[in-house]
Amino acid sequence: MLKIEIDGKPVEVDHGTTIIDAADKLGVAIPRFCYHKKLSVAANCRMCLVEVEKFGKPLPACATPVAEGMKIFTRSKAAVQAQQSVMEFLLINHPLDCPICDQGGECDLQDVAVGYGASGSRYTEEKRVVFNKNIGPLISTDMTRCIQCTRCVRFLKEVGGMQELGMVGRGEHAEITAYVDQSVNSELSGNIIDLCPVGALTNKPFRYSARSWELVRRPSIAPHDSMGSHIEVHVKDDKVMRVLPREKESINECWLSDRDRYSYEGLNSPDRLKVPMIKHHGEWQETDWKTALEYAAGQIKDITTEHGSDALGALVSPNSTMEEGYLIKELVHGLGCGNVDYRLRQTDFRLDGKRVGTPWMGCNIDEIEKLDRILLIGSNIRNEHPLLAQRFRKAVDNGAELSIISPLDNNPLMDIAHKIIVTPNDIVNVLAQILKAMSKLQKLSLCLPPQLSELLEQIHVRPNTEAMAESLVGLGETVNLIAPKVGIFLGNMALSAPRFTEMYSLAEAIGGVSGAKGGILPAAANSTGMHLLGVMPASTGMHARAMLEVPRKAYLLLNIEPELDCQHAALARSAMEKADCVVALTAYKSKALDHATVLLPIAPFTETSGTFMSMEGRIQSFKAVVKPLGECRPAWKVLRVLANTLGLQGFDFESSEEVKLKIFDGEKPSDFARSRLNNNMKELVEIETKIKSPGLQRVGEVPQYEADPIVRRSEPLRKTKYNIKRLVRLHPDEMRAYDLVEGDMVLVTQDKGSTVLPVRPDAHVAPGCVRVAAAHEDTLGLGDLMGDISIEKITQEQADVFKSKQMEAQN
Amino acid sequence: MSTLKSETKDSKPVMTDLKGQTLITLQTLKEDNPASLATYEKLGGYEQLKRLVTNKVKAVEVINQVKLSGLRGRGGAGFPTGLKWSFMPRYYDGTKYLVCNTDEGEPGTFKDRDIIRYNPHQLIEGMAIAAYTLGAGVGYNYIHGEIWREYEIFEAALAEARAAGYIGQNLFGTHFNFELYAVHGYGAYICGEETALIESIEGKKGQPRFKPPFPASYGVFGKPTNVNNTESFASIPWILQHGGQAFADLGVAGSGGSKLFSVSGHVEKPGNYEVNMGMPFTELLAMAGGIWKGRQLKAVIPGGPSTAVMPASAILDATMDYNGLSKAGSSLGAGSLIVMDETTCMVKTLKRLSYFFYEESCGQCTPCREGTGWVYRVIKRITEGNGKMEDLDLLTDVSNNISGRTICALGDAAATPVLSFIKHFRPEFEYYIQHGKSMVDGQ
Ligand SMILES: Cc1cc2nc3c(=O)[nH]c(=O)nc-3n(C[C@H](O)[C@H](O)[C@H](O)COP(=O)(O)O)c2cc1C
Ligand code: SF4
Ligand code: SF4
Ligand code: FES
Repeated sequence: MLKIEIDGKPVEVDHGTTIIDAADKLGVAIPRFCYHKKLSVAANCRMCLVEVEKFGKPLPACATPVAEGMKIFTRSKAAVQAQQSVMEFLLINHPLDCPICDQGGECDLQDVAVGYGASGSRYTEEKRVVFNKNIGPLISTDMTRCIQCTRCVRFLKEVGGMQELGMVGRGEHAEITAYVDQSVNSELSGNIIDLCPVGALTNKPFRYSARSWELVRRPSIAPHDSMGSHIEVHVKDDKVMRVLPREKESINECWLSDRDRYSYEGLNSPDRLKVPMIKHHGEWQETDWKTALEYAAGQIKDITTEHGSDALGALVSPNSTMEEGYLIKELVHGLGCGNVDYRLRQTDFRLDGKRVGTPWMGCNIDEIEKLDRILLIGSNIRNEHPLLAQRFRKAVDNGAELSIISPLDNNPLMDIAHKIIVTPNDIVNVLAQILKAMSKLQKLSLCLPPQLSELLEQIHVRPNTEAMAESLVGLGETVNLIAPKVGIFLGNMALSAPRFTEMYSLAEAIGGVSGAKGGILPAAANSTGMHLLGVMPASTGMHARAMLEVPRKAYLLLNIEPELDCQHAALARSAMEKADCVVALTAYKSKALDHATVLLPIAPFTETSGTFMSMEGRIQSFKAVVKPLGECRPAWKVLRVLANTLGLQGFDFESSEEVKLKIFDGEKPSDFARSRLNNNMKELVEIETKIKSPGLQRVGEVPQYEADPIVRRSEPLRKTKYNIKRLVRLHPDEMRAYDLVEGDMVLVTQDKGSTVLPVRPDAHVAPGCVRVAAAHEDTLGLGDLMGDISIEKITQEQADVFKSKQMEAQN
Repeated sequence: MSTLKSETKDSKPVMTDLKGQTLITLQTLKEDNPASLATYEKLGGYEQLKRLVTNKVKAVEVINQVKLSGLRGRGGAGFPTGLKWSFMPRYYDGTKYLVCNTDEGEPGTFKDRDIIRYNPHQLIEGMAIAAYTLGAGVGYNYIHGEIWREYEIFEAALAEARAAGYIGQNLFGTHFNFELYAVHGYGAYICGEETALIESIEGKKGQPRFKPPFPASYGVFGKPTNVNNTESFASIPWILQHGGQAFADLGVAGSGGSKLFSVSGHVEKPGNYEVNMGMPFTELLAMAGGIWKGRQLKAVIPGGPSTAVMPASAILDATMDYNGLSKAGSSLGAGSLIVMDETTCMVKTLKRLSYFFYEESCGQCTPCREGTGWVYRVIKRITEGNGKMEDLDLLTDVSNNISGRTICALGDAAATPVLSFIKHFRPEFEYYIQHGKSMVDGQ
């Protein structure tokens, strides 16, 4: 520890602490622009100059490490003179157009100028003008206001993983710009708006819609992935105007993904369902709640009475709250039916009943950056959990070796030590190889269950897999580690794969051999919570997939658009078509709900209270930040009244908090979770490592801005480059094998459904795979996200004929 | 590149009268074909390198000789070279780097160019000796982007030295390896600042880094790196051949050796003069043929525009060494004298100088980026007849606000001419403001 003094106040700080950190610790305010605790030190703005005893000139507090006995003066005459002079320099070329600047009221430059600026300017020369740049649909630029602090540049490079902005030109001509004619495409780009200390980078969709002081700031939890990021929703006149990160070091730090930042635009979509509706002779009619609920209850009752309670199936969004999940499960069970499930994008349910507890990520989010070895299985991490990718990036920057096994060779914007790109089915064999290589390296083969040992005997370990295994046991490219901290995680593509069970079991076994932490990275805000609550088929019930394969007479849908949110679009569609009754609790009118019978308008997360459980098992409750739109009601209320109307007992909750109390049954939620989260398996399942698909396999990711009904409706996100037109992407080798060239039309068929799409070569797709993204109207005819698929080259005329037929069929 | 080439095609040697000079870094000038390996070898070239390497002379012995020589960095800052060398970490698990700074871009500075032109092998030997001493495996010579022929000469010399076994692997049959490469810049003055130069070598935009860490701990590719000026390196073989003391004895206290002075401006014989440190200015001026056209001396910038201008009265009594010039109110800098006669308008001269710094600021830090433009515009406005009396205090104040508050010394360099011009020639500025025209040329 070093003893120093700041403005006469003594303080002890660690070696290597900078003056600014020491001052922050003491609560002494030093003005700053370029410094940011999460970014490298640039020391370029010079706003933080302070006087240090025995130094002839002022020193930048952000870049000067303290030394024993240092006496620092932040408010002395010399310090203030230096700070004022920098402020003067910053303002001479600043347009001072605060009245028309969106940053007004929350501008660092404005704030600091109040303290350090002069009332008039000594600068009478011509001011600099910098042309604005179009960097995409999310961020608006006014580059004349830029003070060249390079926070935006450093963020994109250091946190975002790719330098998409840079400072070109020298001296006064230095300006921040993107690559020629390129937008900023980082999925974390919105953070540079928060970082920009001036109004050079502002929120484009929010632009000119409100002044910062008119906004009420309310805390909430981000609902689009399972990180549980803390957000601050800014509200004006009961409307969500924008969303910002709320600092939570252990989860989202001070960042937010673009998905969580801009999805709110979907809340204000014209698609919002404002009143209950009933379909009458094929026509939608608005109605009141009482009528709608009675009608829905009547239908459900009639069908279950006539066909048995089994005739009902309930499909639940994993983005719904724990309270909602609990109530719908109780409701369905109350009717004597076991058909309820939240695992809409899963196809392999063989692990049901074989687990000890609820699967989760197996560690905390902030532990990731401390890992030494990481294995990501079937995860396009930047697409699935954009902000979590950044934690992995930190780990890699800290020297961790990252291994990837995936059907897609996506660039995670971090160094990959080892990667194996194979079809989803082949991932199983690769994992078995790794297990074999590792148990050999660890001399642990005896510890494996006999069943596995036998299996491994037939496995041939290839050199690239062996190298990956070596890395995982700690043999590094540069440094060998005796006891590396290892993390093994399964992503969305693994979770949707038909052989998820094998992947999970082998990953568990590898984890056992290597002492790794890890587990699954569940897709949605409350996936973990839904599992914990058991929003899954009761012993005799049907899982989500079975409910579609063997269509039910009646469906109860919570917060989903079946053909977009389910694994098998075509099945979901036909099941809804065939059903006699579909009661949909939904925030949106949707083409996907055309075959519904009753639409009950529910409140999205901003309009209701509730609880999510994150990937790391964190239970976080939030409150409504605005009043429900129109006649919308919180889903927990709708479910309660629906249950009451159905004559079920035990649904007398007066608030979502009461539901929560009931869920945890008097236990402390964290204790409740701790005793139930567990990735272990009770018993091993049959593992077949030799399955080869007869033909091609689909890799059907859900693009990040299509993940759920809210983001799907965010206009600004749809305008980003991630909203790619649907294409069929094939490895160049497959292109040759199928005699295809870029732009050819192909007929893609899965099960009985087909669609026609243009093809493009993509070396990032594993040979043997066809990459066709999902959750889009162009791919509604297709089946499993990760299932078998076939392709056939057709002519443009044939494609046109197909499309016109498709149109006809739809009308 | 072709334009650069043609711009420097005419490279008639700036030959000066060698009488009275102490030729060290340019010792080959006395010979025919000065740049060739044969010439350099004839003068004992590469013998010191061979001696040190084959006899496994200890690094501290070399460093001690360099310390004894009193050699101070010739790039402008005058930092004692021996001391700098002792900062390099002795034991380091990985490659250490050596960088030669031939980015000479300050107006009036043209000495390093002549070293490469006439004596490239001495530079190469100096670098190889430094590499041996400091344990650097790889070296770069960063050559200013606006000189092309010298770059080619250096590449040719490198090829010769490589073929002769002076650079490369297992030199002189030992385990000593040293690879040396030439890097051609793009002509930005700021790339002469050692950390900007390092960034540029790494392929990035040339922008100074915040120091500390200094290159000795975090240099090229984040590895320990020693940066010296061309003339500094080129002095090394001589020092080791004749001993540090002999070099020190050439000069005066605080300034060992001889030094290359680039004399330009209003003299009869502009050019480079390698003379002993401590030579009276008047003697150096006489060597350069005196003020041209029989005119009177008005002022001298003694070490390049980043050093303070000196009125004739101050410079005439000064000696050309670090202490001598600093006592006289300026500094030696890179030893680039810009001599101005009585017809020189100091206001217009300052405008030109401040334009240079305004154009060459890298734009990274606020005081320099904003301040250099402000200063230039005010001076320009004065030269356009729109000056105000307050402008002079404003210029002084703004310059003081730049000085000492920036990431690199370009900020100070930009402030120095403004402060010194106004200090020494204030009446000329006042006249210009009052009359809207120059006191000197009436225009
Ligand atoms: C703006 C600026 C420009 C510089 N240009 C040069 C240059 O052209 N050549 C040079 O040797 N040093 C230059 N320097 C000094 C270098 O940063 C460094 O001090 C020098 O190369 C060290 O070598 P020395 O110790 O041998 O002098 C410059 C410094 C600044 C701040
Ligand atoms: S745009 Fe904003 S964040 Fe980026 S350098 Fe300019 S002021 Fe800083
Ligand atoms: S002082 Fe000037 S040249 Fe040096 S870093 Fe700052 S802006 Fe760049
Ligand atoms: S905050 Fe220290 S220089 Fe910018």
